[in-house]
Amino acid sequence: MAKTIEEINERISRGEAVVVTAEEIIGLVEKKGVEETAATVDMVTTGTFGPMCSSGAFINLGHAQPRIRVHRAWLNDVPAYSGIAAVDVYIGATEVAVHDPLNEVFPGEFRYGGGHVIEDLVAGRKVHLRAESYGTDCYPGRHWEKDISLADLKDAWLFNPRNAYQNYNVAVNLSDRVIYTYMGVLRPNLGNANYCSAGQLSPLLNDPLFRTIGIGTRIFLGGGVGYVAWHGTQHNTEVPRTERGAPTRPAGTIAVIGDLRGMNPRYLTGYSMLGYGVSLAVGIGIPIPVLDEEVVRAAAVRDEELLAPVVDYSVDYPQGTGRILGEVSYAQLRSGSIVVDGKEVPTASLSSYSRAREIAETLKEWIREGRFLLACPAELLPCAPRDKGVS
Amino acid sequence: MVRHKIVLHFPHEQVDKPIVSKLVRDYGLDFNILKASITPREEGLLVLELTGKESDYERGVQYLRDCGVSIQPLSQDIRRNEERCTHCGACLAVCPTDALRLDRDTMQVAFEQAECIACELCVKACPPRAMEIHY
Repeated sequence: MAKTIEEINERISRGEAVVVTAEEIIGLVEKKGVEETAATVDMVTTGTFGPMCSSGAFINLGHAQPRIRVHRAWLNDVPAYSGIAAVDVYIGATEVAVHDPLNEVFPGEFRYGGGHVIEDLVAGRKVHLRAESYGTDCYPGRHWEKDISLADLKDAWLFNPRNAYQNYNVAVNLSDRVIYTYMGVLRPNLGNANYCSAGQLSPLLNDPLFRTIGIGTRIFLGGGVGYVAWHGTQHNTEVPRTERGAPTRPAGTIAVIGDLRGMNPRYLTGYSMLGYGVSLAVGIGIPIPVLDEEVVRAAAVRDEELLAPVVDYSVDYPQGTGRILGEVSYAQLRSGSIVVDGKEVPTASLSSYSRAREIAETLKEWIREGRFLLACPAELLPCAPRDKGVS
Repeated sequence: MVRHKIVLHFPHEQVDKPIVSKLVRDYGLDFNILKASITPREEGLLVLELTGKESDYERGVQYLRDCGVSIQPLSQDIRRNEERCTHCGACLAVCPTDALRLDRDTMQVAFEQAECIACELCVKACPPRAMEIHY
């Protein structure tokens, strides 16, 4: 029995919508089967919270007197891109504060950067702006300094070109020295295996062929409301998949946008990756409307069925060899250890499963309270196997 | 038998004296040095795990105090900023003891201070920098 987004929205408005999380639907399908679940459930909520480097915010600073065409700008000494209109800037999550020693004293600590600036703004803290220019007839100002806060900014939008990776590598280190990566500290000789996905709770793994997610989908973003703007950079759907369509390699991604006002530092946290750089941990939750049984079948996916590739980050990843040491399931990863080359390797996650769960629960509450309605996507995300009719 | 982890601060006039060996010889205490450093102004810092009979431990600690060494329990030294911890679990990769472990039901990271040997590896490996050193 097929449902439409309009019908589900009517049920949300009447307070009648049945909403479950991507964890809860697993048990429901086991107990009642796909058909009955599809008939009773209207929506499945997902969640993920992890470092997402391809993130940043567009900020309009408002005009100074005299006016200045900002040529160079720094926020708390972190350079912001200003090669756009006069007082628009983009602060990127991985930009490092000037005078940071970087990796000169290895491994660098990278204590403060763009991700932290965004967290500070969202937390309501003042951020120091410093801007320089060369002066023009219409914009004579050459120097501008002031403290800004989110409340006084004309506009401030989070706009992340690549978030919520559908599946990701499990990073290990085959070399004989410690390495410091964007996947965390990797101890030598397969000392540990780090992964970064919420698995069965992760948004894009619950709709693997993008049958419901597209441009304009309304989402939980950083504790506030946002939208899927486009497919993310490096979006790739031509990857190996399990029988049920889940990619076994990093695959789809989304670009997301949302007003920084209304967001919460609990779901938008500046990260420092030892020896690597700074980043921003972003919380994202996507509601999946139960349009038909196929949606239920996909959303009921369990960690046991989701596979991730194990990749060596000492040689294979940096050199781009493409070699994969094997595949492991998210159930194994979450159990605390996996086996690689016959050796038991302890696992650690960079993605917070407990916070992913919290996001899926929060989104469920928002929908139940009628505060969050579904938006009809203008166009679904590109997906080669779906477009070829493979499911 | 008791086992305690303690942080000792030595005044500079005591830095060159064989205080720890006396703990072994005269008080029968086993020790394990977890951390040792001398600052530029020659104040010594020593983190010890002491094992022995309770009465010997008490006498040994009194001896240290008599030498002018200040003592504090180690458990206060590494603390977690609960506001900043996102419970990702990146720290599990570097913790050499079971002080940091994941509760598989809640999927939250538990911090058992009693198991912490204050190696400080988690401090920089923590992405939101939630692990703090308090001496």
